[in-house]
Amino acid sequence: MYVLIVGAGKVGWNLARELIDKQNEVTVVEASRRRYEVVEEELEHNIQYGDGTELWILERAGIERADLVIAVTGDDEDNILICQVAKEKYGVERVVARCNNPRNLQHFELLGVKPAVSATDLIMRLIEHEVPKYGLVHLLDLKEERLEIIEMEVAEDSPADGSEVQDLGLPEGALVISILRDGGGFVPTGESLIRAGDEVLLVLDIGLEEQVTDRFSARAAPAG
Amino acid sequence: MALVFVMIVGCGRVGSSVAKSMLSDGHEVSVLDENPEAIALLNRGQEQSWEDLGGSFTVGTALEIDALLAAGIENADAFVASTDGDNTNLVIAQIAQRRFEIPKVVVRVLDPGRAKWYAEQGLQTICPTQTAIELLERAVRGEHERRGAVV
Repeated sequence: MYVLIVGAGKVGWNLARELIDKQNEVTVVEASRRRYEVVEEELEHNIQYGDGTELWILERAGIERADLVIAVTGDDEDNILICQVAKEKYGVERVVARCNNPRNLQHFELLGVKPAVSATDLIMRLIEHEVPKYGLVHLLDLKEERLEIIEMEVAEDSPADGSEVQDLGLPEGALVISILRDGGGFVPTGESLIRAGDEVLLVLDIGLEEQVTDRFSARAAPAG
Repeated sequence: MALVFVMIVGCGRVGSSVAKSMLSDGHEVSVLDENPEAIALLNRGQEQSWEDLGGSFTVGTALEIDALLAAGIENADAFVASTDGDNTNLVIAQIAQRRFEIPKVVVRVLDPGRAKWYAEQGLQTICPTQTAIELLERAVRGEHERRGAVV
């Protein structure tokens, strides 16, 4: 496989190493002369110096025959542009983009650049998993399928506390797929009883989150 | 052109000049730039301040949707991308066109290669470098003196 990587930062350099190790043909393009010289000591002919958002630099690096283009510079607009021209101008089948600021993910999506990988997002999910104080943990987004899998801790005195799964009143499109209790887990039936302190895993249609989290959070104190 | 709401992102020499002429033509103009000092360019050479003249100015980063919204992108009839970054301009111009469906989007791109390809994809790109090349070539060939005759 011929892989073109734009950006020789920590991510780009290490990806190049791994991919070369696995017998792929790799070219890295780096725009900073100083960085290029450092990385060139190791990667030698596998790295080229130049601005990877300039079309002739990409062409010189052989983008037309690339099987995969990976854009991992520190600038989201550059990564978007590189992947966009790779796909639309040069017909590259597969691209992977790094998203530095998770708030820019929507731009990657809008312009058809996917997958876009955001380290901040990945780390946030790990944090949320370790420290479930946010109540709800996103385990998996299945964007194409328009589904998500979430994890919730059942709060004391929530509507779900003491309720059977079938009586939860979950909206259509939400399903409890597992209950974790006392270090173990099981797949519930309609009659399974839910208790405070349980962790429940649900699969949902996207957009149902709020309706569902209500069932597992403590009831709001009555007004007044 | 009828009076419209023009949004300009990037308030350098180019963006600020376009903003001032649009405002003096009577259009509603909103300018977005990440540098709060950039408003000085809008005030320069004017008898009243930019805001007293009715223009608006928002400080924010071009790629941030919140900044674009604060500057009124949802109501814009025309959008000019004139930051100093070609890639930023190309990305926000496409956001303006595809997400906010602004009918008139103009984008400054210094690199002729990118300007040409994105123009073929349906963006209205203005490439000052290409324009300079053509003018210089004409000047060297002595064509500029009879420019009126050149079609």
